[in-house]
Amino acid sequence: MTAHHPDAALALLPNHHPSDALLVAYGAGSLGEGLSLAVAVHLAHCPDCRATLAEVEALGGALLEDLPPAPLESLSLAATLDRLDREEAPANPCKALRLKPSLGKPSLGKPKAGSAPQPAMGLPRPLRAYVPSLDSLSWQRLAPGVRRVELLPRTASGGAAQLLRIAPGTALPHHGHGGLELTVVLSGHFADELGRYGPGDLAEVDGDTNHQPIADSHRDCICLIATDAPLRFTGLMGRLMQPFIGL
Amino acid sequence: MIAPLATLLTHAAGADRAKAGLAARGCDDPAAARLSADLVAVAAGDRQAFARLFAHFAPRVKAYMLKLGMPAQRAEDLAQDTMLSVWRKAQLYDPSKAEAATWVFTIARNLRIDVLRRERHPEVSDDELLEHEDDRPPADELLDGDRRARRLRGALAALTPEQAEVVRLSFFADLAHPAIAERLDVPLGTVKSRLRLAMAKIRKALGDDDR
Ligand SMILES: [Zn+2]
Repeated sequence: MTAHHPDAALALLPNHHPSDALLVAYGAGSLGEGLSLAVAVHLAHCPDCRATLAEVEALGGALLEDLPPAPLESLSLAATLDRLDREEAPANPCKALRLKPSLGKPSLGKPKAGSAPQPAMGLPRPLRAYVPSLDSLSWQRLAPGVRRVELLPRTASGGAAQLLRIAPGTALPHHGHGGLELTVVLSGHFADELGRYGPGDLAEVDGDTNHQPIADSHRDCICLIATDAPLRFTGLMGRLMQPFIGL
Repeated sequence: MIAPLATLLTHAAGADRAKAGLAARGCDDPAAARLSADLVAVAAGDRQAFARLFAHFAPRVKAYMLKLGMPAQRAEDLAQDTMLSVWRKAQLYDPSKAEAATWVFTIARNLRIDVLRRERHPEVSDDELLEHEDDRPPADELLDGDRRARRLRGALAALTPEQAEVVRLSFFADLAHPAIAERLDVPLGTVKSRLRLAMAKIRKALGDDDR
């Protein structure tokens, strides 16, 4: 915990969380990359959901323990040690010096306060592997009041993720559908019938829920929207192109 | 070069530490405690401990990959990759936070996503969080690893068949809840509530039910 940033005290805990089902899907590894990214951004803000994730992963560990071991055929300890020696040979023999904890997760940015942009002014860490900073982005105009940047135009599992920058008072017509659509706020706010969403809050639309978010702060609301299928994504785009309801 | 067995046996810097850890943790679930101690020993370069972890986990990781539909040879390749990652990342393992099996599971999961889908699994690690103070109880107040392991297994056994089914499909069929609803031909809300109830049992077993 590095609480020295002036904005740290202002950062509130999120009010809108992923469902247990969504955290199970994330922890089991059954979500596509874009949806996982949206969940990870929320996790960066939310100790409660990180605790739930730890429980999901403990469940995964227990399931792994309970699997009947599959006898190894060509794989052996000797061959594995051999590979380990070959791949480690040129490196420093002292693991403690060579392997720093921060190198274990290459998808994350540097944790040092002061050297990396703070979340309040920049990006939550899980996003930094995808975009360097919000300032460096070239936003495309999509519709009145809406600009976007494609983050993952199409992931291998068929999903997509984009950043949207929505002007105050712009409404995004959302409808429940068969697929999953996650929206997580990076800066600014939007509101829907379930409440107000600020940085870190995650809205989960999965056919079981229905939202019509409206950007309601005085500055732009920037959020990450991820979907599990490009067709549904196109569907959202279609709706975005419809006339907007002003406030 | 293959390290001769004699070298392996003398190259046991962490073995005493592992034994001490085992003794300190008691013997409620000696298997979980030993695996955890071995993982700590591997961080210090103990190859004997690694050999024991390999014997335990490589066949299980292979079974996990087979469950997810991989051919046998590919499943073995990924089991080997997982064990190499275990060796390389052992210093990131914190025995107060997770069982060895939990930690190995996350490595296998991420490798599977990487290889099968050519995707990343975006993650957050606790030591890189700046935003908020975590007010959760410190590790030494949490259940120790052995009790956690036993209670977790008890909770797993106590799931209803319907709950166990959605849990298995989540972990072993690469299906998220909407796809599970489609597969089972039940409403999405039903799948979500089964998963919620399953997680409530897990949470209770791990002593976090007061949240
Ligand atoms: Zn949360």
